[in-house]
Amino acid sequence: MTDSKYFTTTKKGEIFELKAELNSDKKEKKKEAVKKVIASMTVGKDVSALFPDVVNCMQTDNLELKKLVYLYLMNYAKSQPDMAIMAVNTFVKDCEDANPLIRALAVRTMGCIRVDKITEYLCEPLRKCLKDEDPYVRKTAAVCVAKLHDINAQLVEDQGFLDTLKDLISDSNPMVVANAVAALSEIAESHPNSNLLDLNPQSINKLLTALNECTEWGQIFILDCLANYTPRDDRESQSICERVTPRLSHANSAVVLSAVKVLMKFMEMLPKDLDYYSTLLKKLAPPLVTLLSAEPELQYVALRNINLIVQKRPEILKHEMKVFFVKYNDPIYVKLEKLDIMIRLASQANIAQVLAELKEYATEVDVDFVRKAVRAIGRCAIKVEQSAERCVSTLLDLIQTKVNYVVQEAIVVIKDIFRKYPNKYESVIATLCENLDSLDEPEARAAMIWIVGEYAERIDNADELLESFLEGFHDESTQVQLQLLTAIVKLFLKKPTETQELVQQVLSLATQDSDNPDLRDRGYIYWRLLSTDPVAAKEVVLAEKPLISEETDLIEPTLLEELICHIGTLASVYHKPPSAFVEGSRGVMHKRLPARTGSGESTESPDVGTAAGGSAPEAAPSIIPSQGDLLGDLLNLDMAPPTTSGPPPPTTGMQMGGMDLLGGGLDSLMGDESEPLGGDIGGSPAMGAGFGAAPAVMPASLNAPVGGGLGDLFDLGGVGMPMGAYIPPKIVWLPAMKAKGLEISGTFARRAGVIQMELILTNKAMSVMTDFAIQFNRNSFGLAPAGPLQVLTPLGPNQTIEVSLPLSTVGPVMKMDPLNNLQVAVKNNIDVFYFSCQYPISMLFVEDGKMERQVFLATWKDIPNDNESQFQIKDCHLNSDAASSKLQGSNIFTIAKRTVEGQDMLYMSIKLSNGIWVLAELRVQAGNPNYTISLKCRAPEVSQCVFQCYEAVLKN
Amino acid sequence: MIGGLFIYNHKGEVLISRVYRDDIGRNAVDAFRVNVIHARQQVRSPVTNIARTSFFHVKRSNIWLAAVTKQNVNAAMVFEFLYKMCDVMASYFGKISEENIKNNFVLIYELLDEILDFGYPQNSETGSLKTFITQQGIKGQTKEEQSQITSQVTGQIGWRREGIKYRRNELFLDVLESVNLLMSPQGQVLSAHVSGRVVMKSYLSGMPECKFGMNDKIIIDKAGKGGVTNEAGKSTSGKQSIAIDDCTFNQCVRLSKFDSERSISFIPPDGEYELMRYRTTKDIILPFRVIPLVREVGRTKLEVKVVIKSNFKPSLLAQKIEVRIPTPLNTSGVQVICMKGKAKYKASENAIVWKIKRMAGMKESQISAEIELLPTNDKKKWARPPISMNFEVPFAPSGLKVRYLKVFESKLNYSDHDVIKWVRYIGRSGIYETRC
Repeated sequence: MTDSKYFTTTKKGEIFELKAELNSDKKEKKKEAVKKVIASMTVGKDVSALFPDVVNCMQTDNLELKKLVYLYLMNYAKSQPDMAIMAVNTFVKDCEDANPLIRALAVRTMGCIRVDKITEYLCEPLRKCLKDEDPYVRKTAAVCVAKLHDINAQLVEDQGFLDTLKDLISDSNPMVVANAVAALSEIAESHPNSNLLDLNPQSINKLLTALNECTEWGQIFILDCLANYTPRDDRESQSICERVTPRLSHANSAVVLSAVKVLMKFMEMLPKDLDYYSTLLKKLAPPLVTLLSAEPELQYVALRNINLIVQKRPEILKHEMKVFFVKYNDPIYVKLEKLDIMIRLASQANIAQVLAELKEYATEVDVDFVRKAVRAIGRCAIKVEQSAERCVSTLLDLIQTKVNYVVQEAIVVIKDIFRKYPNKYESVIATLCENLDSLDEPEARAAMIWIVGEYAERIDNADELLESFLEGFHDESTQVQLQLLTAIVKLFLKKPTETQELVQQVLSLATQDSDNPDLRDRGYIYWRLLSTDPVAAKEVVLAEKPLISEETDLIEPTLLEELICHIGTLASVYHKPPSAFVEGSRGVMHKRLPARTGSGESTESPDVGTAAGGSAPEAAPSIIPSQGDLLGDLLNLDMAPPTTSGPPPPTTGMQMGGMDLLGGGLDSLMGDESEPLGGDIGGSPAMGAGFGAAPAVMPASLNAPVGGGLGDLFDLGGVGMPMGAYIPPKIVWLPAMKAKGLEISGTFARRAGVIQMELILTNKAMSVMTDFAIQFNRNSFGLAPAGPLQVLTPLGPNQTIEVSLPLSTVGPVMKMDPLNNLQVAVKNNIDVFYFSCQYPISMLFVEDGKMERQVFLATWKDIPNDNESQFQIKDCHLNSDAASSKLQGSNIFTIAKRTVEGQDMLYMSIKLSNGIWVLAELRVQAGNPNYTISLKCRAPEVSQCVFQCYEAVLKN
Repeated sequence: MIGGLFIYNHKGEVLISRVYRDDIGRNAVDAFRVNVIHARQQVRSPVTNIARTSFFHVKRSNIWLAAVTKQNVNAAMVFEFLYKMCDVMASYFGKISEENIKNNFVLIYELLDEILDFGYPQNSETGSLKTFITQQGIKGQTKEEQSQITSQVTGQIGWRREGIKYRRNELFLDVLESVNLLMSPQGQVLSAHVSGRVVMKSYLSGMPECKFGMNDKIIIDKAGKGGVTNEAGKSTSGKQSIAIDDCTFNQCVRLSKFDSERSISFIPPDGEYELMRYRTTKDIILPFRVIPLVREVGRTKLEVKVVIKSNFKPSLLAQKIEVRIPTPLNTSGVQVICMKGKAKYKASENAIVWKIKRMAGMKESQISAEIELLPTNDKKKWARPPISMNFEVPFAPSGLKVRYLKVFESKLNYSDHDVIKWVRYIGRSGIYETRC
């Protein structure tokens, strides 16, 4: 059989010949012709002109021929929709064929033909095939529903195929179950909010049963689906883990990785002190190591995932360093990944081995690999303090090799080592300086210049060295230019007498001859600093630098969590969330790890316990997903920059005339012999623009941290109030996932008559956040911030700040649903975020809410009975006096008390900030923990909220 | 899921192109060719993202297989599928070459239609595929045969069909191990592991239930506690049990049973298959020790002396021994002297290759060479790749022993004793390197 001949027809008039052959009477000839057509199609030739002739061959008993015609149809039906109809009859007939293989073939192919008219005819056969007696047909039909959904989602819903598909999850055949799960998962992805994959303990159990029986691919579908489920408590989580762990011994690496994904996710929910938890950790290591003996491409996928796992749970692989040693024959992509993981696993215990390996790698051939190995040595030095000395001497050895790129990498990492261990290894500077001439890469040049500038006082010829760089200033890359500018300014501040000329030269090069705005701005800033206040300049430029952190390339925690939920998939290979590379709505839903919620006694954190205990009827905060959903005026918010909220800018120093910028101030620094530099500078037109930017670069640390607020003083059980108003516990309003790393939690309180919104801002991103501002949408009671959000210091990564924001009730009013809903917008330097939260209405109860008895009586009668609503408060064990004084703390005033047949009747009044009065009658029966409360108000819609407050106050 | 699958020859011409999803267009075929196959630089990753389309590729000789997708697919699954695809094709028409692919393109399309539906991998066991993808049509089948096919393709035991009959029930069991070593010049073991496979050929009638036992430390220790200690004590063959770091099984093995009882039970596929893979790192018998000595004599000469020592029972014979000593790129001439076997300098491979046909245990042999170098002004030092070794020994370097393989078939009248069983151990070198 030599089918390859079909690939070699290139003569003209081919289509015409084929047409004749397709219409031949001889079966063999027909088949030959169709094969030729398919071969041409494969190479990319357009053979759509033959459509009718090929479709004519469809009616055949020869299955091979039929399959070829189907293949052709799938490719060209879209371009010839009208003619494709010709095929419908054959499909419908084939769906009734006695042979299940033919029925399945027909339904499979029909689903691949994306022509509306054909799709219409597909519904009936598909419905039958979904209930076919043969499992082979059913498993094919299950996938076909996903195909149809891709073409016409509405049709699938209207025809009720989704329900049939759901039924197939309980099918007796494991492969049908697996395909149904795959199809449902895919459909569910494009409907993120639908509850299509209604996963509950029963259906999970079915899936786990099918897991043991289906093909390797089916197991992957099921495990990937399981990973989307969130168990209700740690027991359920454990029992699923127990049933998934055997999969770790599967020969198929994808099954193993998907099982790892499920385990990594569900493990989050297990209490750490559980024996099972540590057993599970131990079970995870061997299969991960085994993945490294797979084919190189799979090794690559595995290594990218291990990189994530090691960041999330370093304990799993901490003893397995050796398996990540690079083999000489590994493909380069495997080598580079292994290197990354080696550094992550490096610790004091294994550092000697790691260093010996890295040194070995630094002599390899592949340039990228060698560079990475050298860099890795530096990272080890920074990570494992005890090894720093050895690392530095290894790096010096490498510099001695004089291999150009090795030297350059070494210098780049040595700069970082200096930052980490100041005043320890500076003796090597001399060696570094010897290699100055061989540096031709910007990063290495910049690093070297930084070193020279930073240690200018120890390098005798620092000025000469820097001057030599200055000659080709304009040919350098921006990175080097910026570094050179800073280094020379440092040098000048350290040795002002000899280097005026140099600094003047670099400042004018940066500000006048460069068109790079960054460079110009930095130039102006230095210039002005030097001219206004040289002492301050010294403080700013030569300020003590914060030590650099150990791990420089960790993935942001929120992203890491999301990627853990995507183990095994492309996202975990790219280390990017799916939304970064998938178009459309698919897979854009962010996945999160489940929170650790114990089932009762096993909760470890006391916070959780109290939060669960206080059954405050607060609605979970909802995030306003996008700006599009917002009401008009929230969109029009003019987010004010924080300048108004910060302390008044230090203007005093800035009031000097624009002309003599470098004047008097410098003299004091440089001594008498200096000649004024100011002359030729003042005229620079851009000066004014740069001027305004100056205060912005003043390091924020100069402003003493003013975190918290006065509100914190009262936090200790409400010292300032007789009883203490009820303050609900803080809850998370805006999770970091939704706000690029900013997490906001908070609560509302009324302290000494002032309504306060108490916020905790946490920066879970890797970059510093600044410029915070807040605004509210119009709301039911006209709540509005009474002042700006006082976040004065920038919020560094992993920092938390507590802020309390006083609120006024004079803002614009709009009735919200629910009544106490508040929509909030928070801005920072990254973006604007929106969320909504609900405040307890009790904070609107004013202090002068005590009504005169007579007025009360009259008002009670005056309000129509329709406005009265009754509620039950259950399980409250206070007596009436305790209740009364407790309520008073929240400005709910008891006016009168009556006792009738052992039942205390308390009459109370409340005044809301907008002047609405609420009257209440609370009935307390001794020995009965259930209170009855009747509320009367002219605005009955507040009753529900008021009742919630009663409940919250009484139960806390 | 997988959006399309393309096969190219080394020039980048498409041999097979099958598109499963609407979001993959013809331009994807060209994008991969231009950006990967024709790329100037060496391919740096098996996964490439070009214009929001992801390409997964594997290469077999000079054929490229590429899977394409626009979604966040399970990447491990895609690669496993590509390997599987290669296995299936190989079992149908042998070597994966341009010639073979062109000759069988109709078959390949038929297979692709069957094993990938809308981009979801379906049953891809060659055993069952061969029952209905035959290139002969399925006209002649009876209704029973048809339903047998479909139930096997979708069934719980998709890897075995019913009604298999053999006159002689026979079993061949091979323990194949590859021993990997990375040793420092000073003889320190940097890393060593054995990756082993248990490969079986079974010719058994009916639907036999099999149980496989080996000297797994966990099992032996468990049994030892049960009071059978003296039996284990009698054993004289060195180690009694081995610690297995991890193992994976063919899909016929009941994993949950292994997880709970650590027993390996299964209904075997017919013919040849890989039952399990395992990895051990403890107490490995390293069959050979390589002792290198490299001396640089001036800038133009190198003296190399390499000693190999065999480290196993003298009664056993190692075969196909090959030691590969790398030489610098600027080598101009080599003189070699060896006591045993043949050694040759192969300029094209930049190595001295020393071959010895057979060598008994506890022996020693050595080679010495003088390498003359051309003077160069290349600043870069020679990287000194490690000395690598190949060999084959008739035992399992991990120490694994097969204890039993029991066969039960209750419906047919043959018992475990009637089955003829063959067991063989082969240890081969994996990456067996000594740095010099």
